[in-house]
Amino acid sequence: MSEDITRHRYENGRPKLRRFHQARWDEPILFELSRPGQRAYLVPPVEEEIRAEVGDVLSTLPPAMRRPHPPALPELAQPQVVRHYFRLSQETLGTDLNIDVGQGTCTMKYSPKINEQFARSPKVTELHPLQDESTVQGILEIIYRLEQILKEISGMDRFTFQPRAGSAAIYTMASMIRAYHASRGEGEKRDEMITTIFSHPSDAACARTAGFKVITLYPDEDGYPDIEALRAAISERTAGLMITNPEDTGIFNPRIADFVRLVHQAGGLCAYDQANANGILGITRARDAGFDLCHFNLHKTFSSPHGCGGPGAGALGVTRELEPFLPLPLVAFDGRRYYLDYDRPQSIGKVAPWYGVVPVLVRAYAWVMSLGAAGLREVAEIAVLNNNYLMKKVLEIPGVRAPYARGKRRIEQVRYSWEDLYRETGVHSEEIGLRAADFGVHYWTSHHPWIVPEPCTLEPTESYSKEELEEYAAILAHVAQEARENPEVVKTAPHNSTIHRIDHAPLDDPARWAMTWRAYRRKVGGGG
Amino acid sequence: MERKRLGLIVNPVAGLGGRVGLKGSDGEEVQRRARELGAIPLAGQRAAQALEPIPSEAVELLTYPGEMGEEVARARGFQPQVLGSIEPGRTTAADTRRAAQEMRREGVDLLLFAGGDGTARDIYDAVGDTLPVLGIPAGVKIHSAAFGTNPRSSGELALLFLQGRTGLGEAEVMDIDEEALRRGIVSARLYGYLRIPIHPRLAQSLKVPSSPGEGEAMRAIAADVVEGMEEGTLYILGPGTTTRAIAERLGLPKTLIGVDVVRDRRMVALDVNEAQLLSLLEGERARIVVTPIGGQGYILGRGNQQLSPAVLRRVGKENLLVVSTPRKIQSLGGRPLLVDTGDPELDRSLSGYIQVIAGFRERIVYRVSS
Repeated sequence: MSEDITRHRYENGRPKLRRFHQARWDEPILFELSRPGQRAYLVPPVEEEIRAEVGDVLSTLPPAMRRPHPPALPELAQPQVVRHYFRLSQETLGTDLNIDVGQGTCTMKYSPKINEQFARSPKVTELHPLQDESTVQGILEIIYRLEQILKEISGMDRFTFQPRAGSAAIYTMASMIRAYHASRGEGEKRDEMITTIFSHPSDAACARTAGFKVITLYPDEDGYPDIEALRAAISERTAGLMITNPEDTGIFNPRIADFVRLVHQAGGLCAYDQANANGILGITRARDAGFDLCHFNLHKTFSSPHGCGGPGAGALGVTRELEPFLPLPLVAFDGRRYYLDYDRPQSIGKVAPWYGVVPVLVRAYAWVMSLGAAGLREVAEIAVLNNNYLMKKVLEIPGVRAPYARGKRRIEQVRYSWEDLYRETGVHSEEIGLRAADFGVHYWTSHHPWIVPEPCTLEPTESYSKEELEEYAAILAHVAQEARENPEVVKTAPHNSTIHRIDHAPLDDPARWAMTWRAYRRKVGGGG
Repeated sequence: MERKRLGLIVNPVAGLGGRVGLKGSDGEEVQRRARELGAIPLAGQRAAQALEPIPSEAVELLTYPGEMGEEVARARGFQPQVLGSIEPGRTTAADTRRAAQEMRREGVDLLLFAGGDGTARDIYDAVGDTLPVLGIPAGVKIHSAAFGTNPRSSGELALLFLQGRTGLGEAEVMDIDEEALRRGIVSARLYGYLRIPIHPRLAQSLKVPSSPGEGEAMRAIAADVVEGMEEGTLYILGPGTTTRAIAERLGLPKTLIGVDVVRDRRMVALDVNEAQLLSLLEGERARIVVTPIGGQGYILGRGNQQLSPAVLRRVGKENLLVVSTPRKIQSLGGRPLLVDTGDPELDRSLSGYIQVIAGFRERIVYRVSS
């Protein structure tokens, strides 16, 4: 009889939690590893006959472009650099390692690795944005075709890919709304933008940055966006509505068409923030709900990786009426050739150089083409099914609730509250997330605006299997039980993870935060 | 790192009246009756729960003798520095006030006190807003906003503050007439403001990372209100530090718990009553600026009774400006703002949705209910 080699993974027929332990290298940063004279690779000197033929290459550069001193880079040997980055890569819980559903609102979807090969092909990487149009017909065609697909998905008439992030697209929408009202002589008067407290926080922030007054609606007694509050907010000063649906709580606004109608009646425009369109792809369309503008984060819903805060792509679509205000140039096709259309007198101008982040566009295009229309709808259906399955499992854990819209299902994500568990045990949500890291998963802090007590935001997307979601829920259930039986182990977690705890305060303090080594030296240690 | 100094005062008789239905514990007579009815002092237990999250080696604890803090501190493993002296079993409000003053003299970074509204008033009388303080809820009625939501969260918040991980905000101290309350009448007066640490999670949404306190949010509100001020119009500023920020922006003084009147960047009258307001309003355009009471949400009828139904009708509901930091609105947990002017018909007409000024060119649409 053969031995069951999987037996140790089960207890009473149920899978046991993973016995996880992360690597911990205590790795210094590159600048600390630097030693004068260490170097990676010596380029051989130029042969005499070549030097005689070409002369001093550097002398051909204009003097103003030559560095008087070499840049202050760390000095290391190549294998040291390789080891450094491999060690760091072992100290993350990135999307290629863990069940990353704890990134709620921003969970990274599976991006097929072959799409990465397309984006890294020399056919893409060796292009230059200043090349003549006739030599880049291929990439222009991809951009143009991607636009046609997004038009179909959203119902909009024209797209730009120039914004390089979701917030950049939202800021562009706000700028276009202002340009639209200005073109009708109402630019000064219409200076109020309406949003909801559980919309993507960038809606309020970008409207504010673009110079609007911001009016925020809070949920009604049932936990839905409050239509009576909307009525109280609308006036002849209303420039527009910038709104997310489903909201970041995963709750779909059932009166969204009424919201749009009321704002239109007051003369305002409606912008649909679809940074995360994962639950509605192929099911609802911004245009069909009456919206004038919408945007997608291609680095979210369309599988292209975030790139850890960039580069991304905010695809912005508008109706025919708003098309004149789009950033320039637009990629156009005259039936024969693709070209860049700069002849747009009412355009708000450029919001970024060139035409968009091309590798992101290539990956998104490849992803859509491999799925087809039916596949896109299936993505949304599975994302919603996954979310409601996970919600069922999570809500079985004593001490957790899903606030607002009680008893109703959620679309693509849920903002849970551990308030009851906290009251019982004194264990905070953040500590549960850190303890979960001891089992190889975690959740982070995407719960803005932090008005749900002890929040926990989970978004499974379509990328995880039923077994993986069960594993995640089982870890949370285990940690919640620990909070009751042995709260100390949760409050001092993580124990098996790379980093014990970090102090978040400097990340929120401009006087102390340091994104570069130079900034660190200036603000924290060692001076300039 | 230098250890922070934490003061601890327990009002041992706080909460004595609650379990036996006496709606409060003010006065020796009530305390005697409460004891007769079998009341057990709970303040010590509550203080112990608050100290639980604070590692004894993390702070230098200063406290008062015996039941006023020393006992519970030692029980939780602290080696406190004990100030003053008391008469065990016979402590009064004067002990609380003296203890608070001595702790300020000794120099504590934060003063934790276990008690109720009366204790908060004693602390306010003793130290005002010169010292960061925080209440451990142990009283019968907690109308004041200077307390944590439960004893444990008071302790956690205190620790965060001492670690420099959160800043300070304002908290109303309310004066509820316990005698009237026993007769079923809520008579609330605004007594003053204490400076308390605020929860960092709520502070985070204020977008003022360098000082996660309320100051920046209030200054933003003041800038908005001042920007919108109309020439020749009287501005009636209700009590509070948010309205004080408006006066500060105009370079004017402000009565913290009173009602002041300004026009065209000049002070018209300080600390006015209803009659003075009505005479000032004769033939004038006016606007009223009020801020809700933290945690409860009253915008009218608590702490600003000078703004009487007659004054409000004269000014008109369209000229009522409500200012509030987002934190204060969010601390209501979805409950509406409240009005209780004493005139039910007026209360009804003030109900509905209003736009609260919540920052510079930022509004929150929020429900008002009577």
